[in-house]
Amino acid sequence: MATLRDIRRRIRSVASTAQITKTMEMVSAAKLRRAQTAVESARPYGEQLREVLGNLANASGEIMHPAFARRDVKRRAIVHVTSDRGLCGAFNVNLNKMVEGIVREASVPTSMVLIGKKGYDYFRRRKATILASNTSMGGVASWKFAEEMSRTLAERFEAGEIDEVDLVYTHFKSALNRTIVVEPYLPMGRTATGPAVSRDYLYEPSPEVILERLVPYVLAMRLYMAMAESAASEHGARMVAMGSATKNANEMIQNLTLHMNRTRQATITRELVEIVAGAEALK
Amino acid sequence: MAETTFTFRLVTPQRLLLEAPVTALQAPGSEGYLGVLAHHAPLITSLRPGRLEVRDEEGKRSFYAVSGGFLEVSGNRATVLADAAEVAGAIDVERAKSALQRAQQRLQNDGAGGDEPIDRERAMRALERAKNRLAAAISERA
Repeated sequence: MATLRDIRRRIRSVASTAQITKTMEMVSAAKLRRAQTAVESARPYGEQLREVLGNLANASGEIMHPAFARRDVKRRAIVHVTSDRGLCGAFNVNLNKMVEGIVREASVPTSMVLIGKKGYDYFRRRKATILASNTSMGGVASWKFAEEMSRTLAERFEAGEIDEVDLVYTHFKSALNRTIVVEPYLPMGRTATGPAVSRDYLYEPSPEVILERLVPYVLAMRLYMAMAESAASEHGARMVAMGSATKNANEMIQNLTLHMNRTRQATITRELVEIVAGAEALK
Repeated sequence: MAETTFTFRLVTPQRLLLEAPVTALQAPGSEGYLGVLAHHAPLITSLRPGRLEVRDEEGKRSFYAVSGGFLEVSGNRATVLADAAEVAGAIDVERAKSALQRAQQRLQNDGAGGDEPIDRERAMRALERAKNRLAAAISERA
């Protein structure tokens, strides 16, 4: 049986763990708020961009841009967005497992773009073909990185080195609720049009030139949004995980305290009995 | 008389910078500056780095520095999708000036031996951006 001192030591250790998880929960809550604002303030831009693209697609009829080109898929790529840090429950585990399944079942060679340290470590250990990676986002989406990465992907796609790109990330619904999403990234779909408002637009310069300039933005924006959504989800997941860790720790402290009090009581009782017995013996 | 205002939105990937009724808008189109008034015909154009000017209902003008993007006008609503945009009033003139000087210097020194060669295109863009920010800041204060 554990001595009183052992129990006290354990209580202290659990209490300090609880303090850490409590703090991490609060930090995550603050980061979540910031990440959530980032997601929400990026949405108007994304929506507007899609609308313009839709209008353009309606207007120009046949889209000749290479980013829309569909061809036989001989080589695929997956952009996989995870977090850099752990301690956020099953957030990365589920994502990694799912992507691994997709890669294993694919009939064509699949290379990976890994955003987030957790996904990178996982797939590096499994010797996946890694096209590019970024492990220092720190839970914040970067427009600059999204721009560069999307440009690289588009170039490879247009050069015929990759025939299809999918985007896998965690869609942020609320702090408690998130879903994993698999989206086709390249070639771009023509169906992304909203209500078919076929107004007669004036184009300056021509629709083709505008499309040429617009496509990189749409691609960058989609990658940026995926990263922003994933960041918000990560902080939400961590907040929840740390919240339940704190709860468990407090429960444990309660049980240990109870145990400690019992032990103490037992010791006192035993000592009393010994004293009384000793006194009896002296008579 | 028909209404003379239209809704103007200025959005960047990071945030919605402005959403307000305005009476006039002047934007740096890739083919040259262009003005938009209420009930403009539907239009989509790309923008180059430059100064964006809006006039509100009281005729007060305000300026923004934008670094390229798109302008969409439809249904009495205009939207600028900018890569990056700044309220001209928030630009520090002194800092903008020194950034401009740095950019000019870097371009001048290039090819004159000495330091390692620079990315000319990037330096040109930096110069363009610096000029543009300074111009917007100066118009705002004029």
